[in-house]
Amino acid sequence: MAKRRLVLTFPPEVVERPVVATLVKEFDVLTNILRAQVQEGEVGRMLVELEAEPSAIRAAMRYLEELGVIVEDAIKDIDMNDELCIDCGACTAVCLPRALKIEPPEWKIELDKERCILCGFCVDACPLKIISVRF
Amino acid sequence: MAKTIEEINERIKKGEAVVLTADEMTRFVREEGAAQASKKVDVVTTGTFGPMCSSGAFINLGHSDPPMKMHRVWLNDVPVCADLAAVDIYIGATALSDTEGMNYGGGHLIEDLLKGKWLRLKASAIPTDCYPRREIQTYINLESVNEAFLFNPRNAYQNYVCATNGSDRTLYTYMGVLIPGYGNVTYSSAGALSPLLNDPYYRTIGVGTRVFLGGAPGYVAWHGTQHRPSVERTPRGVPVGPGGTLSLIADMKKMSHEFIRAARFHRYGVSLYVGIGVPIPILDEEMASFTGVGDDEIYTYIYDYSEPTRSRKPLKKVSYAELHSGNVEIMGKKAITAPISSIRMAKRIAQVLRDWIKSGEFLLTEPVQKLPTEGTLNTLEIRDRGEG
Ligand code: SF4
Ligand code: SF4
Repeated sequence: MAKRRLVLTFPPEVVERPVVATLVKEFDVLTNILRAQVQEGEVGRMLVELEAEPSAIRAAMRYLEELGVIVEDAIKDIDMNDELCIDCGACTAVCLPRALKIEPPEWKIELDKERCILCGFCVDACPLKIISVRF
Repeated sequence: MAKTIEEINERIKKGEAVVLTADEMTRFVREEGAAQASKKVDVVTTGTFGPMCSSGAFINLGHSDPPMKMHRVWLNDVPVCADLAAVDIYIGATALSDTEGMNYGGGHLIEDLLKGKWLRLKASAIPTDCYPRREIQTYINLESVNEAFLFNPRNAYQNYVCATNGSDRTLYTYMGVLIPGYGNVTYSSAGALSPLLNDPYYRTIGVGTRVFLGGAPGYVAWHGTQHRPSVERTPRGVPVGPGGTLSLIADMKKMSHEFIRAARFHRYGVSLYVGIGVPIPILDEEMASFTGVGDDEIYTYIYDYSEPTRSRKPLKKVSYAELHSGNVEIMGKKAITAPISSIRMAKRIAQVLRDWIKSGEFLLTEPVQKLPTEGTLNTLEIRDRGEG
Protein backbone atom coordinates (compact mmCIF):
# COMPACT_ATOMS: atom_id res chain seq x y z
CA MET A 1 0.00 0.00 0.00
CA ALA A 2 1.21 3.50 -0.80
CA LYS A 3 0.11 6.93 0.41
CA ARG A 4 0.14 10.08 -1.64
CA ARG A 5 -0.94 13.61 -0.73
CA LEU A 6 -2.43 15.56 -3.59
CA VAL A 7 -3.94 18.98 -4.19
CA LEU A 8 -6.96 18.76 -6.50
CA THR A 9 -8.30 21.83 -8.30
CA PHE A 10 -11.84 21.37 -9.62
CA PRO A 11 -13.32 23.47 -12.41
CA PRO A 12 -16.81 24.74 -11.46
CA GLU A 13 -18.62 22.17 -13.68
CA VAL A 14 -16.93 19.25 -11.89
CA VAL A 15 -17.33 20.53 -8.33
CA GLU A 16 -20.87 19.20 -8.03
CA ARG A 17 -20.07 15.65 -9.16
CA PRO A 18 -19.44 12.87 -6.60
CA VAL A 19 -15.81 12.46 -7.63
CA VAL A 20 -14.41 11.29 -4.32
CA ALA A 21 -17.04 8.57 -3.91
CA THR A 22 -16.06 7.23 -7.34
CA LEU A 23 -12.41 7.01 -6.29
CA VAL A 24 -13.37 4.74 -3.41
CA LYS A 25 -15.95 2.66 -5.28
CA GLU A 26 -14.41 2.24 -8.73
CA PHE A 27 -10.70 2.40 -8.00
CA ASP A 28 -10.55 0.92 -4.50
CA VAL A 29 -8.57 3.93 -3.31
CA LEU A 30 -8.96 5.00 0.32
CA THR A 31 -9.54 8.73 0.08
CA ASN A 32 -9.08 10.99 3.05
CA ILE A 33 -10.09 14.61 2.51
CA LEU A 34 -7.77 16.61 4.76
CA ARG A 35 -8.94 20.09 3.80
CA ALA A 36 -11.38 21.37 1.25
CA GLN A 37 -12.61 24.58 -0.22
CA VAL A 38 -15.53 23.62 -2.41
CA GLN A 39 -18.64 25.59 -3.21
CA GLU A 40 -21.19 25.20 -5.93
CA GLY A 41 -20.42 27.24 -9.03
CA GLU A 42 -16.85 28.13 -7.99
CA VAL A 43 -13.39 26.79 -8.64
CA GLY A 44 -12.77 24.32 -5.76
CA ARG A 45 -9.59 23.03 -4.16
CA MET A 46 -8.96 20.00 -1.94
CA LEU A 47 -6.05 18.48 -0.10
CA VAL A 48 -6.49 14.69 -0.15
CA GLU A 49 -4.51 11.69 0.93
CA LEU A 50 -4.90 8.62 -1.25
CA GLU A 51 -4.05 5.18 0.07
CA ALA A 52 -3.93 2.16 -2.26
CA GLU A 53 -1.65 0.09 -4.47
CA PRO A 54 0.54 2.47 -6.56
CA SER A 55 -1.11 1.31 -9.79
CA ALA A 56 -4.58 2.06 -8.38
CA ILE A 57 -3.46 5.54 -7.30
CA ARG A 58 -2.11 6.20 -10.79
CA ALA A 59 -5.39 5.04 -12.35
CA ALA A 60 -7.37 7.29 -9.98
CA MET A 61 -5.17 10.26 -10.89
CA ARG A 62 -5.70 9.62 -14.59
CA TYR A 63 -9.46 9.47 -14.03
CA LEU A 64 -9.39 12.82 -12.22
CA GLU A 65 -7.33 14.45 -14.95
CA GLU A 66 -9.74 13.21 -17.61
CA LEU A 67 -12.54 14.99 -15.72
CA GLY A 68 -10.58 18.25 -15.97
CA VAL A 69 -9.33 18.22 -12.38
CA ILE A 70 -5.81 19.62 -11.97
CA VAL A 71 -3.83 17.10 -9.90
CA GLU A 72 -0.66 18.19 -8.12
CA ASP A 73 1.55 16.76 -5.38
CA ALA A 74 1.12 18.59 -2.07
CA ILE A 75 4.04 20.25 -0.35
CA LYS A 76 4.93 19.81 3.36
CA ASP A 77 4.72 23.35 4.66
CA ILE A 78 5.05 26.98 3.68
CA ASP A 79 7.26 29.63 5.27
CA MET A 80 6.69 33.36 5.08
CA ASN A 81 9.41 35.88 5.87
CA ASP A 82 7.15 38.31 7.76
CA GLU A 83 9.82 40.97 8.19
CA LEU A 84 10.10 41.54 4.44
CA CYS A 85 6.33 41.49 3.85
CA ILE A 86 4.84 44.75 2.56
CA ASP A 87 1.23 43.59 3.07
CA CYS A 88 0.34 44.07 -0.57
CA GLY A 89 -2.13 41.18 -0.56
CA ALA A 90 -1.12 39.74 -3.94
CA CYS A 91 -0.72 36.28 -2.35
CA THR A 92 -4.36 36.26 -1.21
CA ALA A 93 -5.49 36.31 -4.86
CA VAL A 94 -4.64 32.62 -5.33
CA CYS A 95 -5.52 31.33 -1.87
CA LEU A 96 -9.00 29.92 -2.43
CA PRO A 97 -9.27 28.31 1.04
CA ARG A 98 -8.61 31.79 2.52
CA ALA A 99 -5.68 30.67 4.63
CA LEU A 100 -4.11 33.96 3.57
CA LYS A 101 -6.31 36.94 4.34
CA ILE A 102 -5.94 40.69 4.27
CA GLU A 103 -8.78 42.83 5.63
CA PRO A 104 -9.68 46.34 6.66
CA PRO A 105 -8.98 48.24 8.82
CA GLU A 106 -5.44 46.92 9.48
CA TRP A 107 -4.73 45.56 6.00
CA LYS A 108 -2.09 43.21 7.41
CA ILE A 109 -1.61 39.79 5.93
CA GLU A 110 -2.69 36.88 8.13
CA LEU A 111 -1.78 33.26 7.54
CA ASP A 112 -4.03 30.64 9.14
CA LYS A 113 -2.14 27.36 8.77
CA GLU A 114 -5.22 25.39 9.84
CA ARG A 115 -6.90 26.33 6.57
CA CYS A 116 -3.86 25.93 4.33
CA ILE A 117 -4.21 23.10 1.82
CA LEU A 118 -0.50 23.23 0.93
CA CYS A 119 -1.03 23.92 -2.75
CA GLY A 120 1.96 26.29 -2.87
CA PHE A 121 0.28 28.70 -5.28
CA CYS A 122 1.08 31.70 -3.07
CA VAL A 123 4.81 31.16 -3.68
CA ASP A 124 4.66 32.38 -7.28
CA ALA A 125 1.99 34.97 -6.51
CA CYS A 126 4.11 36.93 -4.00
CA PRO A 127 5.89 39.74 -5.89
CA LEU A 128 8.44 40.08 -3.09
CA LYS A 129 9.27 36.35 -3.26
CA ILE A 130 9.21 35.90 0.50
CA ILE A 131 7.08 32.73 0.66
CA SER A 132 8.92 29.45 0.30
CA VAL A 133 7.81 25.81 0.42
CA ARG A 134 9.20 22.80 2.22
CA PHE A 135 8.81 19.52 0.37
CA MET B 1 -13.93 81.13 4.07
CA ALA B 2 -11.13 80.47 1.58
CA LYS B 3 -7.48 80.00 2.67
CA THR B 4 -4.27 80.41 0.68
CA ILE B 5 -1.27 78.06 0.64
CA GLU B 6 0.77 80.92 2.10
CA GLU B 7 -1.57 81.19 5.08
CA ILE B 8 -1.48 77.42 5.57
CA ASN B 9 2.34 77.49 5.51
CA GLU B 10 2.34 80.20 8.19
CA ARG B 11 0.25 77.92 10.39
CA ILE B 12 2.58 74.97 9.66
CA LYS B 13 5.62 77.07 10.68
CA LYS B 14 3.91 78.05 13.94
CA GLY B 15 3.03 74.43 14.63
CA GLU B 16 -0.70 75.28 14.50
CA ALA B 17 -1.74 73.52 11.31
CA VAL B 18 -4.43 70.84 11.54
CA VAL B 19 -3.34 67.92 9.36
CA LEU B 20 -5.39 64.77 8.78
CA THR B 21 -4.67 61.67 6.70
CA ALA B 22 -7.11 61.05 3.85
CA ASP B 23 -8.93 58.25 5.72
CA GLU B 24 -9.27 60.44 8.83
CA MET B 25 -10.63 63.23 6.60
CA THR B 26 -13.26 60.93 5.07
CA ARG B 27 -14.62 60.17 8.55
CA PHE B 28 -14.40 63.82 9.61
CA VAL B 29 -16.33 65.10 6.57
CA ARG B 30 -18.99 62.40 7.01
CA GLU B 31 -19.49 63.36 10.63
CA GLU B 32 -19.21 67.14 10.50
CA GLY B 33 -19.80 68.07 6.86
CA ALA B 34 -17.50 69.67 4.30
CA ALA B 35 -18.20 73.28 5.39
CA GLN B 36 -17.12 72.59 8.96
CA ALA B 37 -14.15 70.48 7.82
CA SER B 38 -12.89 73.25 5.54
CA LYS B 39 -12.78 75.61 8.51
CA LYS B 40 -11.04 73.19 10.86
CA VAL B 41 -8.61 71.29 8.60
CA ASP B 42 -5.59 72.83 6.82
CA VAL B 43 -3.99 69.89 5.04
CA VAL B 44 -4.97 66.33 4.09
CA THR B 45 -2.18 63.84 3.42
CA THR B 46 -2.63 61.04 0.89
CA GLY B 47 -0.54 57.94 0.20
CA THR B 48 -0.06 55.05 -2.18
CA PHE B 49 2.38 52.14 -2.36
CA GLY B 50 1.99 50.03 -5.47
CA PRO B 51 3.96 48.48 -8.30
CA MET B 52 4.82 51.30 -10.71
CA CYS B 53 6.63 49.90 -13.73
CA SER B 54 7.20 53.31 -15.31
CA SER B 55 9.91 54.36 -12.83
CA GLY B 56 13.65 54.70 -13.00
CA ALA B 57 16.81 56.43 -11.83
CA PHE B 58 19.21 58.90 -13.41
CA ILE B 59 22.75 58.45 -12.15
CA ASN B 60 26.00 60.23 -12.91
CA LEU B 61 28.76 57.68 -12.37
CA GLY B 62 31.72 60.11 -12.23
CA HIS B 63 34.64 60.07 -14.68
CA SER B 64 37.36 57.43 -14.83
CA ASP B 65 40.99 58.16 -15.72
CA PRO B 66 41.51 58.08 -18.65
CA PRO B 67 37.87 59.07 -19.29
CA MET B 68 35.32 57.16 -21.29
CA LYS B 69 32.16 57.95 -23.26
CA MET B 70 30.19 54.90 -22.16
CA HIS B 71 28.18 53.30 -24.95
CA ARG B 72 26.91 50.07 -23.44
CA VAL B 73 26.55 49.79 -19.66
CA TRP B 74 25.54 46.96 -17.33
CA LEU B 75 25.03 47.01 -13.57
CA ASN B 76 25.04 43.49 -12.06
CA ASP B 77 24.47 42.23 -15.64
CA VAL B 78 21.33 44.36 -16.08
CA PRO B 79 21.56 46.60 -19.18
CA VAL B 80 20.93 50.27 -18.44
CA CYS B 81 20.45 53.19 -20.84
CA ALA B 82 23.74 55.03 -21.47
CA ASP B 83 22.90 57.20 -24.46
CA LEU B 84 23.33 60.41 -22.48
CA ALA B 85 26.75 62.12 -22.72
CA ALA B 86 29.68 60.19 -21.20
CA VAL B 87 28.77 58.88 -17.74
CA ASP B 88 25.06 59.64 -17.25
CA ILE B 89 22.88 56.54 -17.15
CA TYR B 90 19.19 55.76 -16.64
CA ILE B 91 18.14 52.58 -14.86
CA GLY B 92 14.68 51.52 -16.04
CA ALA B 93 12.75 49.64 -13.35
CA THR B 94 11.64 46.83 -15.68
CA ALA B 95 15.06 46.12 -17.29
CA LEU B 96 15.94 42.42 -17.01
CA SER B 97 19.28 40.80 -16.21
CA ASP B 98 21.19 39.25 -19.14
CA THR B 99 22.15 36.31 -16.93
CA GLU B 100 19.23 35.91 -14.50
CA GLY B 101 16.34 36.99 -16.73
CA MET B 102 13.15 37.76 -14.82
CA ASN B 103 14.71 37.01 -11.44
CA TYR B 104 16.68 40.24 -11.21
CA GLY B 105 16.36 43.61 -12.90
CA GLY B 106 16.27 47.38 -12.75
CA GLY B 107 13.94 47.46 -9.73
CA HIS B 108 16.46 45.37 -7.79
CA LEU B 109 19.33 47.68 -8.79
CA ILE B 110 17.40 50.65 -7.39
CA GLU B 111 16.56 48.81 -4.14
CA ASP B 112 20.14 47.53 -3.77
CA LEU B 113 21.52 51.05 -4.22
CA LEU B 114 19.20 52.30 -1.47
CA LYS B 115 20.38 49.46 0.78
CA GLY B 116 23.95 50.70 0.35
CA LYS B 117 25.06 47.68 -1.67
CA TRP B 118 27.92 47.74 -4.21
CA LEU B 119 26.89 47.09 -7.83
CA ARG B 120 29.24 45.62 -10.45
CA LEU B 121 29.65 48.13 -13.31
CA LYS B 122 30.70 46.94 -16.75
CA ALA B 123 30.85 49.28 -19.74
CA SER B 124 32.24 49.44 -23.26
CA ALA B 125 32.78 52.38 -25.59
CA ILE B 126 33.96 53.45 -29.01
CA PRO B 127 37.12 55.41 -28.13
CA THR B 128 37.37 59.06 -29.23
CA ASP B 129 40.16 61.63 -29.01
CA CYS B 130 38.66 63.16 -25.88
CA TYR B 131 37.41 59.85 -24.38
CA PRO B 132 40.08 57.23 -25.15
CA ARG B 133 38.97 54.43 -22.79
CA ARG B 134 37.44 51.37 -24.43
CA GLU B 135 36.29 49.25 -21.47
CA ILE B 136 35.81 49.37 -17.72
CA GLN B 137 34.95 46.97 -14.91
CA THR B 138 34.51 48.31 -11.40
CA TYR B 139 32.04 48.69 -8.53
CA ILE B 140 29.77 51.61 -7.58
CA ASN B 141 27.36 52.39 -4.75
CA LEU B 142 25.03 55.24 -3.81
CA GLU B 143 27.85 57.12 -2.05
CA SER B 144 30.43 56.70 -4.81
CA VAL B 145 28.31 58.20 -7.60
CA ASN B 146 27.52 61.89 -8.11
CA GLU B 147 23.81 62.65 -8.57
CA ALA B 148 21.28 59.86 -8.16
CA PHE B 149 17.62 60.73 -8.46
CA LEU B 150 14.48 58.82 -9.25
CA PHE B 151 12.70 60.36 -12.20
CA ASN B 152 9.54 58.36 -12.79
CA PRO B 153 7.60 59.04 -16.00
CA ARG B 154 4.28 57.62 -14.78
CA ASN B 155 3.30 57.19 -11.13
CA ALA B 156 0.30 57.56 -8.84
CA TYR B 157 -2.39 56.58 -11.35
CA GLN B 158 -5.69 58.24 -10.58
CA ASN B 159 -7.63 54.99 -10.23
CA TYR B 160 -6.93 51.82 -12.24
CA VAL B 161 -8.80 48.84 -13.70
CA CYS B 162 -9.45 45.44 -12.08
CA ALA B 163 -8.29 42.20 -13.66
CA THR B 164 -9.98 38.80 -13.95
CA ASN B 165 -9.52 35.74 -16.13
CA GLY B 166 -12.31 34.14 -18.15
CA SER B 167 -10.06 31.58 -19.85
CA ASP B 168 -9.33 28.02 -18.74
CA ARG B 169 -5.67 28.54 -17.90
CA THR B 170 -3.86 30.50 -15.18
CA LEU B 171 -2.62 33.92 -16.32
CA TYR B 172 0.52 35.55 -14.94
CA THR B 173 0.24 39.33 -15.29
CA TYR B 174 1.40 42.61 -13.79
CA MET B 175 -1.95 42.47 -11.96
CA GLY B 176 -0.84 39.24 -10.23
CA VAL B 177 -1.81 35.61 -10.78
CA LEU B 178 -5.31 35.29 -12.27
CA ILE B 179 -7.18 32.05 -11.64
CA PRO B 180 -9.10 30.51 -14.59
CA GLY B 181 -12.90 30.61 -14.79
CA TYR B 182 -13.22 34.09 -13.21
CA GLY B 183 -11.67 32.64 -10.03
CA ASN B 184 -10.41 35.97 -8.72
CA VAL B 185 -10.35 39.72 -9.28
CA THR B 186 -7.27 41.84 -8.51
CA TYR B 187 -7.10 45.61 -8.11
CA SER B 188 -4.28 48.08 -7.62
CA SER B 189 -5.30 51.42 -6.20
CA ALA B 190 -5.16 52.79 -2.67
CA GLY B 191 -8.73 54.03 -3.30
CA ALA B 192 -9.76 56.83 -0.97
CA LEU B 193 -6.15 57.24 0.24
CA SER B 194 -4.76 57.71 -3.27
CA PRO B 195 -3.38 61.20 -4.13
CA LEU B 196 -5.19 62.11 -7.36
CA LEU B 197 -8.51 60.64 -6.21
CA ASN B 198 -8.54 63.31 -3.49
CA ASP B 199 -7.99 66.16 -5.96
CA PRO B 200 -9.94 64.88 -8.96
CA TYR B 201 -9.60 68.01 -11.13
CA TYR B 202 -5.97 68.79 -10.12
CA ARG B 203 -6.89 72.04 -8.42
CA THR B 204 -3.93 71.90 -6.01
CA ILE B 205 -1.62 69.20 -7.41
CA GLY B 206 0.42 70.59 -10.30
CA VAL B 207 3.96 70.98 -11.63
CA GLY B 208 6.17 71.91 -8.68
CA THR B 209 3.99 70.41 -5.93
CA ARG B 210 6.25 69.12 -3.17
CA VAL B 211 5.55 65.45 -2.37
CA PHE B 212 6.84 62.43 -0.47
CA LEU B 213 8.67 60.04 -2.81
CA GLY B 214 10.35 56.94 -1.45
CA GLY B 215 10.87 58.50 1.98
CA ALA B 216 12.38 61.75 0.63
CA PRO B 217 10.87 65.10 -0.24
CA GLY B 218 10.42 65.31 -4.01
CA TYR B 219 8.39 67.17 -6.62
CA VAL B 220 5.81 66.73 -9.33
CA ALA B 221 7.96 67.28 -12.44
CA TRP B 222 5.21 67.14 -15.06
CA HIS B 223 1.95 65.38 -15.72
CA GLY B 224 2.79 61.69 -16.09
CA THR B 225 2.81 59.75 -19.34
CA GLN B 226 -0.63 58.46 -20.40
CA HIS B 227 -2.22 61.26 -18.33
CA ARG B 228 -5.83 61.05 -19.43
CA PRO B 229 -8.12 63.56 -17.73
CA SER B 230 -11.01 63.30 -20.23
CA VAL B 231 -12.58 60.09 -18.93
CA GLU B 232 -15.90 59.00 -17.48
CA ARG B 233 -16.32 60.60 -14.05
CA THR B 234 -18.80 60.27 -11.20
CA PRO B 235 -21.01 63.29 -10.42
CA ARG B 236 -18.36 64.33 -7.86
CA GLY B 237 -15.64 64.23 -10.53
CA VAL B 238 -13.89 60.99 -9.59
CA PRO B 239 -12.59 59.12 -12.68
CA VAL B 240 -14.09 55.66 -13.22
CA GLY B 241 -10.93 53.74 -14.18
CA PRO B 242 -7.50 55.14 -15.13
CA GLY B 243 -7.38 58.97 -15.32
CA GLY B 244 -4.52 61.34 -14.56
CA THR B 245 -0.93 60.41 -13.72
CA LEU B 246 2.12 62.15 -12.23
CA SER B 247 5.76 62.29 -13.22
CA LEU B 248 7.81 62.53 -10.03
CA ILE B 249 11.37 63.33 -9.07
CA ALA B 250 13.40 63.09 -5.83
CA ASP B 251 16.93 62.57 -4.52
CA MET B 252 17.73 58.88 -4.00
CA LYS B 253 20.41 59.76 -1.45
CA LYS B 254 17.62 60.92 0.90
CA MET B 255 15.33 57.92 0.30
CA SER B 256 14.74 54.82 2.41
CA HIS B 257 14.45 51.29 1.05
CA GLU B 258 11.40 50.86 3.29
CA PHE B 259 9.44 52.85 0.71
CA ILE B 260 11.03 51.58 -2.53
CA ARG B 261 10.88 47.81 -3.04
CA ALA B 262 11.79 45.64 -5.99
CA ALA B 263 9.14 43.17 -7.17
CA ARG B 264 9.05 40.15 -9.43
CA PHE B 265 5.72 39.32 -10.99
CA HIS B 266 5.86 35.65 -11.89
CA ARG B 267 6.32 35.14 -15.65
CA TYR B 268 5.80 38.86 -16.22
CA GLY B 269 9.02 40.39 -14.96
CA VAL B 270 10.50 42.97 -12.66
CA SER B 271 8.80 46.07 -11.31
CA LEU B 272 9.19 48.52 -8.45
CA TYR B 273 6.88 49.27 -5.52
CA VAL B 274 7.02 53.04 -5.09
CA GLY B 275 5.82 54.88 -2.01
CA ILE B 276 4.21 58.26 -2.73
CA GLY B 277 2.44 60.80 -0.57
CA VAL B 278 0.92 64.08 -1.70
CA PRO B 279 -0.31 66.82 0.66
CA ILE B 280 -3.54 68.54 -0.29
CA PRO B 281 -4.23 72.03 1.06
CA ILE B 282 -7.85 72.48 2.15
CA LEU B 283 -8.31 75.86 0.50
CA ASP B 284 -12.10 75.88 0.68
CA GLU B 285 -15.24 73.81 1.09
CA GLU B 286 -14.84 72.22 -2.35
CA MET B 287 -11.40 70.82 -1.45
CA ALA B 288 -12.80 69.54 1.85
CA SER B 289 -15.57 67.82 -0.03
CA PHE B 290 -13.11 66.31 -2.58
CA THR B 291 -10.82 64.94 0.13
CA GLY B 292 -13.85 63.56 1.99
CA VAL B 293 -14.29 60.96 -0.76
CA GLY B 294 -14.80 57.40 0.50
CA ASP B 295 -14.20 53.95 -1.00
CA ASP B 296 -17.94 53.55 -1.60
CA GLU B 297 -17.85 56.56 -3.97
CA ILE B 298 -14.89 55.40 -6.11
CA TYR B 299 -15.71 53.02 -8.95
CA THR B 300 -13.76 51.10 -11.55
CA TYR B 301 -14.31 48.42 -14.19
CA ILE B 302 -13.31 44.76 -14.19
CA TYR B 303 -11.67 43.50 -17.42
CA ASP B 304 -10.99 39.97 -18.63
CA TYR B 305 -7.19 39.85 -19.03
CA SER B 306 -7.42 36.69 -21.14
CA GLU B 307 -8.37 39.02 -24.00
CA PRO B 308 -5.04 40.75 -24.66
CA THR B 309 -6.51 43.46 -26.86
CA ARG B 310 -6.86 47.20 -26.52
CA SER B 311 -10.56 47.08 -27.32
CA ARG B 312 -11.71 44.58 -24.68
CA LYS B 313 -15.04 45.41 -23.07
CA PRO B 314 -15.48 45.84 -19.32
CA LEU B 315 -17.34 43.02 -17.55
CA LYS B 316 -18.62 44.94 -14.56
CA LYS B 317 -18.43 48.21 -12.64
CA VAL B 318 -17.52 47.91 -8.94
CA SER B 319 -16.77 50.26 -6.05
CA TYR B 320 -13.64 49.94 -3.91
CA ALA B 321 -15.90 49.29 -0.91
CA GLU B 322 -17.16 46.17 -2.74
CA LEU B 323 -13.60 45.16 -3.67
CA HIS B 324 -12.55 45.54 -0.03
CA SER B 325 -15.31 43.16 1.09
CA GLY B 326 -13.25 40.17 -0.11
CA ASN B 327 -15.42 38.99 -2.98
CA VAL B 328 -17.55 40.18 -5.85
CA GLU B 329 -20.01 38.43 -8.10
CA ILE B 330 -18.86 38.07 -11.65
CA MET B 331 -20.51 36.11 -14.49
CA GLY B 332 -22.93 34.69 -11.91
CA LYS B 333 -20.16 33.41 -9.64
CA LYS B 334 -18.49 34.62 -6.48
CA ALA B 335 -14.85 35.53 -7.11
CA ILE B 336 -12.33 36.48 -4.43
CA THR B 337 -10.90 39.99 -4.60
CA ALA B 338 -7.29 40.79 -3.79
CA PRO B 339 -5.28 44.01 -3.74
CA ILE B 340 -1.87 44.23 -5.42
CA SER B 341 -0.86 47.55 -3.86
CA SER B 342 -0.36 47.80 -0.09
CA ILE B 343 -3.08 49.75 1.67
CA ARG B 344 -1.26 49.39 5.00
CA MET B 345 1.81 51.09 3.52
CA ALA B 346 -0.34 53.75 1.81
CA LYS B 347 -1.74 54.65 5.26
CA ARG B 348 1.72 54.60 6.78
CA ILE B 349 3.00 57.04 4.13
CA ALA B 350 0.04 59.38 4.70
CA GLN B 351 0.86 59.28 8.43
CA VAL B 352 4.58 59.96 7.92
CA LEU B 353 3.79 62.91 5.66
CA ARG B 354 1.25 64.19 8.21
CA ASP B 355 3.93 64.06 10.91
CA TRP B 356 6.49 65.84 8.69
CA ILE B 357 4.02 68.67 8.13
CA LYS B 358 2.97 68.85 11.79
CA SER B 359 6.59 69.11 12.89
CA GLY B 360 7.09 72.09 10.55
CA GLU B 361 9.82 70.47 8.43
CA PHE B 362 7.70 70.08 5.29
CA LEU B 363 6.00 73.14 3.77
CA LEU B 364 3.53 73.11 0.91
CA THR B 365 4.32 74.64 -2.47
CA GLU B 366 2.14 76.53 -4.89
CA PRO B 367 2.13 74.67 -8.23
CA VAL B 368 3.93 76.65 -10.94
CA GLN B 369 1.82 75.18 -13.73
CA LYS B 370 -1.47 73.30 -13.78
CA LEU B 371 -1.78 69.71 -14.99
CA PRO B 372 -3.85 69.34 -18.17
CA THR B 373 -7.54 68.96 -17.35
CA GLU B 374 -8.50 67.84 -20.81
CA GLY B 375 -7.07 65.28 -23.18
CA THR B 376 -7.17 61.64 -24.07
CA LEU B 377 -4.71 59.06 -25.45
CA ASN B 378 -3.33 58.41 -28.92
CA THR B 379 -2.84 54.84 -30.04
CA LEU B 380 0.01 53.25 -31.95
CA GLU B 381 -1.26 52.26 -35.38
CA ILE B 382 0.54 49.91 -37.76
CA ARG B 383 1.35 52.01 -40.86
CA ASP B 384 3.01 51.08 -44.14
CA ARG B 385 4.70 54.45 -44.49
CA GLY B 386 5.34 57.62 -42.52
CA GLU B 387 2.32 59.60 -43.67
CA GLY B 388 -1.48 59.77 -43.39
S1 SF4 C 1 -0.15 27.01 0.11
FE1 SF4 C 1 -0.50 29.22 0.07
S2 SF4 C 1 -2.13 29.52 -1.46
FE2 SF4 C 1 -2.13 27.34 -0.95
S3 SF4 C 1 -3.65 27.20 0.70
FE3 SF4 C 1 -1.67 27.44 1.70
S4 SF4 C 1 -1.49 29.64 2.05
FE4 SF4 C 1 -3.14 29.35 0.54
S1 SF4 D 1 2.28 38.79 -1.57
FE1 SF4 D 1 4.17 38.61 -0.35
S2 SF4 D 1 4.64 40.71 0.30
FE2 SF4 D 1 2.52 40.72 -0.45
S3 SF4 D 1 1.28 40.38 1.40
FE3 SF4 D 1 1.63 38.35 0.51
S4 SF4 D 1 3.49 37.62 1.54
FE4 SF4 D 1 3.39 39.82 1.93
